Amino acid sequence: MKFAAKKLTNLIITVILVSFLTFCAFQVIGDPVARMLGAEATPEKVAQLREELGFNRPVMTRYLEWAGNFLRGDMGISYSYKLPVSDMVIPKLGVTVALTLMAFVMTCVLSITIGLYQVRLKSPAVDRAMTVVNQIVMSIPPFFIGILLTCLFGLVFHLFTPGYYVSFRESPAGFFGYLFFPALSIAIPKISQSVKMLRSRTGEELEKDYIRTAFSRGMNTGAAVNYHALHNAIIPVISFLAVSLAEMLASCIIIEQIFSIPGIGRLMLSSISSRDFTVVLAIVVILVLWVIIVNFIADMIYPLIDPRIKVNR
Amino acid sequence: MFKKTVALFLAVLLTVSLCACGGDRKGDRKTNNEIVVGISQDLGDSLNPYQMTAAGTKEIMTNVYEGLYKVAPSGDFIPAVAEDCIISEDGKVYTFPLRSGVKFHNGKELTVQDVLYSFKTCSDITVDSSLPKIFEGLTVESEGNNIVMKLSAANNDFLAYVSLVYIIPEGYSDQAATQPVGTGPYKFVSRSVQENIVFEKFGDYWGNKASVDKVTCKIYEDASALVAAINAGAIDVTAHLTPDQIAGLDEKKYDFLEDTMNLVQALYLNNARKPFDDVRVRQAICYAIDVDEILDLTANGHGSKLGTSIYPKFTKYFDEDLVDMYPHSVEKAKELLAEAGYPNGFSMSVTVPSNYTPHVNAGQVIVQQLKAAGIDAELKEVEWNSWLTDVYQGRDFDSTVCGFDASTITANALLSRWVSTSGKNMIGFSDPKYDELISKATAETDDAVRTQLYKDAARILAEDAANAYIQDIAEIVAINKDLSGYVFYPLYRIDFSTIHY
Repeated sequence: MKFAAKKLTNLIITVILVSFLTFCAFQVIGDPVARMLGAEATPEKVAQLREELGFNRPVMTRYLEWAGNFLRGDMGISYSYKLPVSDMVIPKLGVTVALTLMAFVMTCVLSITIGLYQVRLKSPAVDRAMTVVNQIVMSIPPFFIGILLTCLFGLVFHLFTPGYYVSFRESPAGFFGYLFFPALSIAIPKISQSVKMLRSRTGEELEKDYIRTAFSRGMNTGAAVNYHALHNAIIPVISFLAVSLAEMLASCIIIEQIFSIPGIGRLMLSSISSRDFTVVLAIVVILVLWVIIVNFIADMIYPLIDPRIKVNR
Repeated sequence: MFKKTVALFLAVLLTVSLCACGGDRKGDRKTNNEIVVGISQDLGDSLNPYQMTAAGTKEIMTNVYEGLYKVAPSGDFIPAVAEDCIISEDGKVYTFPLRSGVKFHNGKELTVQDVLYSFKTCSDITVDSSLPKIFEGLTVESEGNNIVMKLSAANNDFLAYVSLVYIIPEGYSDQAATQPVGTGPYKFVSRSVQENIVFEKFGDYWGNKASVDKVTCKIYEDASALVAAINAGAIDVTAHLTPDQIAGLDEKKYDFLEDTMNLVQALYLNNARKPFDDVRVRQAICYAIDVDEILDLTANGHGSKLGTSIYPKFTKYFDEDLVDMYPHSVEKAKELLAEAGYPNGFSMSVTVPSNYTPHVNAGQVIVQQLKAAGIDAELKEVEWNSWLTDVYQGRDFDSTVCGFDASTITANALLSRWVSTSGKNMIGFSDPKYDELISKATAETDDAVRTQLYKDAARILAEDAANAYIQDIAEIVAINKDLSGYVFYPLYRIDFSTIHY
């Protein structure tokens, strides 16, 4: 209970802080009035619209008003599209979440299989080669992998058409098909990180006393890995995977630009340039919630895997 | 286990790739009598007919909205919601008998009340800065089935402005921002932010009904994604392509129609700021810039050269002589600079809005050309929002490459901008003779005299080297070979209603 209360306080403080800072940022970079009125706006019109939209009031008043509405579930109206922000953000969120989850599933499945394979390898040469390749792949950021995949599979092998996004409603298969390569670009660096982790942790465990005891009982390496070492080595990997779910969402924002996927990342960037701050704020708050909730889940998973860990540390 | 996983993974990869490739459904679209139009920017502003600001929004929404009069492809104004227009002798009273049986997309029949409401709302909330001036002293009244407008002074371009007041149902202004309803050949169905906008043929349209049943505008903000989608057969019609972009397209699948964008691209010079207040400096810049080279480097030689703030499609006002008033000559440029007191040149910035590739590209070439003439020019890319506030409204710039279009197809729309008292005169151009010519032309009723006055005014802009004029940018429309009937307008517009299989 104490743990949950602490987490909740953290969450509330972070959301308030981040949204307030975002709000203030728009004080500096300007409001959407110029954009709404177009190039031909007269200064009087600009002043009038600013007054109508209440941009002349103090920041604090406006922030509290926004926060009050937000708590009541009213995210406001987009200044450029004139649509309710919730109607705009929620369908886009679906796309981004689908992409993140796809990347996450890929990471889990591939990292654990590849990791287990490497751990059980008998040949030190192959093991070393895999470590080297892994190290290289790990250091490439997702957006660059995205560009490479676009060139290779999109332009050379024509496995997909870059930029030709298909919405879920049009064709679910086409939708997931299009998201496959973006998801892969997000997953690849994470896969190599977790493989490396699994590999080194198992190595460490194998040198510990209890494994020596196991060997002395007549166990072979394979069994020692399967029944003992892995059990301990996999805990940090699972927590790493859980935490990386939050990071993957961040990668999505960049990957959406490269593959022109209309998710919240694209919407956020274009809303920043049109100074459509109700939209930006809503997305920022959603991202903050996502990161905090995912971390919370990661914390909750530990005791399930290893009863020795208590959550209220 | 590893091998199995890899095998499974590859199988999944293959399947999804095949799914993703299933995009070519051109045949289906033909059977369903629908088309997909590729557009390069979202309709990211209000869809309210009086508050649309982006040219990209207007060019699409004119399929939905109509005024009493509308523009024909020839550039003439033809009756739309009104059946006719009777102009009094003194040119101050316009009588518009309404067409009977005109229906809105929501099924409501159009009445004089809707027209009165539309004019009232438009004058209250319009973001078009040319309209309030027209509405000053204008009375709009109904007489039976006629709309009578009384102007305070005769204005030859009045019909052009009338065509901008789109008619919407009475009391509908607030809803129009998200659920537009008009009387045009297409009705708005839905839009999905940053993805698409869908239109359907309006069966009760008063005039020649459209041929294609459903039009989906798909948004491809990334230029290479747009080209890729065209190549994949996902798009039937795309306007505003550059010569570079079509180089990568399949000529067997598409017809390419070439036109220009109908805008005046120039290196706009801040005439109010030193050293650009000196006509010799401005002329030197004109001599230093080699327009042919810009066209060659940025558009494979496509585009129409200008010489002044009129583009060639305004055949009536366009003066061929002005195009080559300043042939490229570095020596002349240096000579004029020395004469003006800058023998060693000076430094200046060339500001460009970073989201408009043609302007950025032209800017890059210009900077090099100016350097060759001894002017230390520097390219400054700014975001569109900053361009609007700092450059356009704040007038805080040395020079900028951008394009101005005509809000109405009148010479006045292009030229009155540079009158010294105009709020749109971003360059601070000031010449009493010019002001006089424009005000005379606006009031002149004789067409031949008026045309000459506008031509004289345009010549002043060239002689004074108000700006270094570049081109009307070439644009190419790619259209699916199965389709025909695409029509060009002398202003920004994509007309769906003439396209057919």
